[in-house]
Amino acid sequence: MRLGEKITVKLLLACAGISILGIVLIAVFIFKEGWSIIGKTGIIDFLFGDQWAPTNGIYGIFPMILGSIYVTIGALIIGVPIGVGCAIYLAEIAPSRLSAIIKLGVEILAGIPSVIYGLYGMTTIVPIIRNIFNNQGFSILAGSIVLGIMILPTIINISKDSIEAVPKEYKEGSLALGSSHWQAIIKVILPAARSGIVASIMLGMGRAVGETMAVIMITGNSTLIPESILSPVRTLTGNIGIEMGYASGEHQKALFATGIVLFVFIMILNLMAKLMPNKVGE
Amino acid sequence: MESIKIRVKDINLYYGNHHALKNISIDIYDKAVTALIGPSGCGKSTFLRCLNRMNDLIPNVKIDGEIQIAGNDLSKYDVILLRKKVGMVFQKPNPFPMSIYENIAYGPKIHGIKSKSKLDDIVEKSLREAALWDEVKDRLKANALGLSGGQQQRLCIARTTAVEPEVLLMDEPTSALDPASTIKIEDMMESLKKQYTVIIVTHNMQQAGRISDFTAFFLNGELIEYDKTEKIFYKPRDKRTEDYITGRFG
Amino acid sequence: MNEIKKINNSRIAERMAFSLLWMFSMLTVIVLALIVSDIIIKGLPHISLSFLLEEPRKMGKSGGIFSVIVSTFYIVVLSALFAAPIGVAASVYLTEYAKEGPLLRIIRFGTEALAGVPSIIYGLFGYSFFVVFLGLKYSILSGALTLTLMILPIIVRTSEEAIKAVPRAYKEGSLALGATKLQTIRKIVIPSAMPGILTGLILGIGRVVGESAAVIYTAGSSLGVPKSILRPGRTLSVHLYTLASEGLSTENTYATAVVLIALVFIINFTANTLINKIYIARRR
Repeated sequence: MRLGEKITVKLLLACAGISILGIVLIAVFIFKEGWSIIGKTGIIDFLFGDQWAPTNGIYGIFPMILGSIYVTIGALIIGVPIGVGCAIYLAEIAPSRLSAIIKLGVEILAGIPSVIYGLYGMTTIVPIIRNIFNNQGFSILAGSIVLGIMILPTIINISKDSIEAVPKEYKEGSLALGSSHWQAIIKVILPAARSGIVASIMLGMGRAVGETMAVIMITGNSTLIPESILSPVRTLTGNIGIEMGYASGEHQKALFATGIVLFVFIMILNLMAKLMPNKVGE
Repeated sequence: MESIKIRVKDINLYYGNHHALKNISIDIYDKAVTALIGPSGCGKSTFLRCLNRMNDLIPNVKIDGEIQIAGNDLSKYDVILLRKKVGMVFQKPNPFPMSIYENIAYGPKIHGIKSKSKLDDIVEKSLREAALWDEVKDRLKANALGLSGGQQQRLCIARTTAVEPEVLLMDEPTSALDPASTIKIEDMMESLKKQYTVIIVTHNMQQAGRISDFTAFFLNGELIEYDKTEKIFYKPRDKRTEDYITGRFG
Repeated sequence: MNEIKKINNSRIAERMAFSLLWMFSMLTVIVLALIVSDIIIKGLPHISLSFLLEEPRKMGKSGGIFSVIVSTFYIVVLSALFAAPIGVAASVYLTEYAKEGPLLRIIRFGTEALAGVPSIIYGLFGYSFFVVFLGLKYSILSGALTLTLMILPIIVRTSEEAIKAVPRAYKEGSLALGATKLQTIRKIVIPSAMPGILTGLILGIGRVVGESAAVIYTAGSSLGVPKSILRPGRTLSVHLYTLASEGLSTENTYATAVVLIALVFIINFTANTLINKIYIARRR
């Protein structure tokens, strides 16, 4: 290779390396800003303290951890059955024209910005809950419904791909033995696609946990430990998103500390999803 | 003299506009092995798949004509029940990604058998019939995908006989296997035909000559000649049959 | 016959299951229709040319969204300007030069990790690194740099696929004529992969337009047309969030939402359909 080419290739490598540089910088700066608070409060008190009172220098994010967990579980309860069910329908049952319409719908759903979901949740879902249950409306329930819708495209697309990747011979073998199509789906195809479907659920979970704007607009953002799914709640992302606008000094660092917890949790989730064995039969 | 198990009358099959099977009429005998031979693309596999309506799975397929199995008109017969009674072994072994036991038990479970002892019996009986029992009896819980190609195919045969079919369709069952496995499966034919009507598609003429009682020669979607195997191989009536047998094409 | 009965039972179960799955799929489409129609019905009546061309007044309570559109435009263009060359260069390296081994795995890990970072974390990072550490302050530039990192994985992934899809015959033909690898990449591979690369870029732009959490803490939320990229600016998504959460004006909120959705739709439509049509037509 000539010199000019060698230099160019090094440049290309540098560009490829920006990804690594980026993620390292992100990790470094988030930890750098937030670690001191965790050190000061003590990690146990930070994670399990149930009082968040920045004005008094008290930083316990347990209610927010619970908030994130509850809202995410709720989102999964709604999103997984509908998402996996839709994936099965698209991969195995739907006639091609209907399939095209549904796929288009899923794609559009995937592209809608989160503030729009937040707006819809705020102006439609929250009032409905308010009317039915006679409460504020801003609640875990509202968050779960909207997040459940938001994670549908992730679950549908990845599950559908996993199901379609199952070798056709398995289905043929099952039908040749006198099974119905549905029996072939639940007894052979779905088990074979299991790791991909689980991976899609994990990625959906990551998406739900990481969502900020929509959640802020509909969950009420109370810093108290929620009592029921009708209680208002604040998530880890909401904690950061709401107070970052006016926090400074130690308070701001505490928000970064919240960011550390969020970052670590999501990285673990993504790692687990990646490591899911994706060979059929494992 | 064996009785007629399958009556086929004037079957025409179209893939879209392509006329793949032309006026096939044939009577297939029970408790015998019938071989379908012919060059690639002649329609023998397509015809085989008509007998358990696996062609229904392909879009744009149109079929005219009548097929009767044991007196039942195929077009009016429940297709799921049909596939239980007419089993199929595929060219490439396709065991499910489950244990050996679960593979065999799959069919009977689907058809309602729940008792563990009954399932155990069925699994052993089928594996013995497929000459596989001794090789795997100590590792029934092992994943079937860990078996060799020949063992997998014998597993598939066992899986198919486990649902107690009346007809066994075999679509080039040994073409993907090594010679030793091929011989093991060919040796099974004698015992298999005592219980089932066996129809085997093969592009290996020597195999057809070795194991079958009757042979049907297909060419370009037509049934050219059908007779006892010795007649087809030593005194074929049609010149095209003779050309194929003597290796002039295919 | 007992057999027939069992089979009919499994048929009934199948029919019920298929109906349920059909309902779930329809639900997905219906929900989409509900959301989009709600926004459009409430917002479209309030869209007018003056809305698009007027400056916001009273913090957005009245007036239009002109400066917001301009800020969005600036940030989109800047992000694309940064992300496209870096992303394409990275994908060229990954597909044409990188060898299997630890370096490749690390780079891939980095790209995937970036793709998994939630937007609020990007916001925190952008704030602490670009705004504070590098001293760029709240600015279009800070926002664009942050968003560049965010959309890099999308561009790298789609460009990689596009480059891999270029038939080997093209590359070999060029090399056989005595061209260097770099010349082949520049003159043959990249032009051939252009539809895919552009699609990825446009999808990245769609992501940029829809982003809010990462933008609020980097580009700020000041109204008014930014005089330079070193000045802060409020983008469409941020404006929508502000209007909605402060409840200043329902009409303007929905009108802004309609503009945002329309923009995202146009962008995605362009990426998926238009690009392919243009390139297929040109090839003839």
